[in-house]
Amino acid sequence: MSGIVDVPAIDATDVARRYGSSWVLRGVTLRVAPGEVVGLLGANGTGKSTFLRIVATLVRPHAGVLRVVGHDVRTAPARARDAVGYLAHMPGLYDDLTVRENLLFAAAMLDRRPQDADAALVRVGLGRAAEQRVRALSSGMQRRVAIARLVLRRPRVVLLDEPYSNLDASGIDLVNALIGEWTEAGVAALIVLHELAPAAGVLDRTVTIVDGRLAPNATDHQRHGGAMLRVTG
Amino acid sequence: MSWRDEWRRARAIAWKDLTAERRSKAVFNSVLALAVTILVLFGFALGPDTQALRDAAPGVVWLAALFAGVLAFNRSYQTEIEGGALDQLVLYPGSRRAIFAGKLMGNFALVGTTLAIVVALGVVLFQVDVPAQWPALVSILVFGCVGLVTLGTLYAAMASRSRVREVLLPLLLFPMLVPVLIAAIQATKSLLGGDLMHDAGAWARLLAAFDVIFVAASFLAFEIVIEV
Repeated sequence: MSGIVDVPAIDATDVARRYGSSWVLRGVTLRVAPGEVVGLLGANGTGKSTFLRIVATLVRPHAGVLRVVGHDVRTAPARARDAVGYLAHMPGLYDDLTVRENLLFAAAMLDRRPQDADAALVRVGLGRAAEQRVRALSSGMQRRVAIARLVLRRPRVVLLDEPYSNLDASGIDLVNALIGEWTEAGVAALIVLHELAPAAGVLDRTVTIVDGRLAPNATDHQRHGGAMLRVTG
Repeated sequence: MSWRDEWRRARAIAWKDLTAERRSKAVFNSVLALAVTILVLFGFALGPDTQALRDAAPGVVWLAALFAGVLAFNRSYQTEIEGGALDQLVLYPGSRRAIFAGKLMGNFALVGTTLAIVVALGVVLFQVDVPAQWPALVSILVFGCVGLVTLGTLYAAMASRSRVREVLLPLLLFPMLVPVLIAAIQATKSLLGGDLMHDAGAWARLLAAFDVIFVAASFLAFEIVIEV
């Protein structure tokens, strides 16, 4: 295999971040291989989303080293950014544009063709809602638009912050099917989860943040209802 | 990343901002209402003295554009912040300068349209004679608008992540705009007065020089300003 495959998708060493004087992350060390799906667990306020935002280059770490497909998020953030696709908790859409216009905008920014935007909409089941304004959509449908934008991006690392929230059963199936397609293509996924159940069958392993660090038994899936996991890490 | 890619992204951002604004008209209506209110209030305050009205017209018009612009600049980033769209915007590949260029074009269209309406209204309300050198006047308005919008777009980005951005933006922006406004007001005043002192050209050159400096510096600074 080529050298690119050997480079971890995410390689974090002692990553720390504080807000004001309060340390949220105190030294997270995590390695995610290409094609691997890792669930990131932890109680509210333990820094899961902050860690995801650091990987996405949206927040700078105050200590430690984090590389995304070999690119340091501090010294080469643009290269790291090009590799990631980030599904945030908020959809990040423009309410006064239609669904299709939101996707066309993303396509223009990502150098994709308009047909790619239409195909992404069909892929997430929103072909018929294309001309509706985002303002008129339910939160679940807005989530699907955000997922379509992620499909359009074709990332090497997907970062999903509670991807199942507001989604119905078919939406959950859609996310899991996409994760399956991505991992088959060698795309790594790091998923912030509050509940493991929807992600059953797609996770390779889980890690848990406790007090700003990964718990010692970080890959112990049994604590979280284990047998549902496809492969343990 | 070629300049064609950056230009395509900048146009996409301007298109997105203007399409959303065309649908909602949220900014344009409030910006125009504020600008017209300022013109009318100053008109009443100065009274029926025609010469006093004409003398004050350039300052009042640019003041109206300034206050209206601040509303527009704040709003242009507020829509990005509200739904988490700014995060997605900065995650797109390519230089962040394309984001600045796109925001700049969108704001210029909005504030430029407002300025054009304000000037037309000012001519009527303040009984100003349109000068023979009206193309020069249009150039001054364009130069002044470029300076105003460039700094406004940059400082609005700087203030956008603050919870007190509505207060912070004028505090940051107004001192920086003083040279642009002085040059724009003086050039406008000279032209409306028939350019008897032949100083409109000097003020226009000064204004153009400010524009060049501020546009170049803003494009360079934006990468840092928008970075986390």
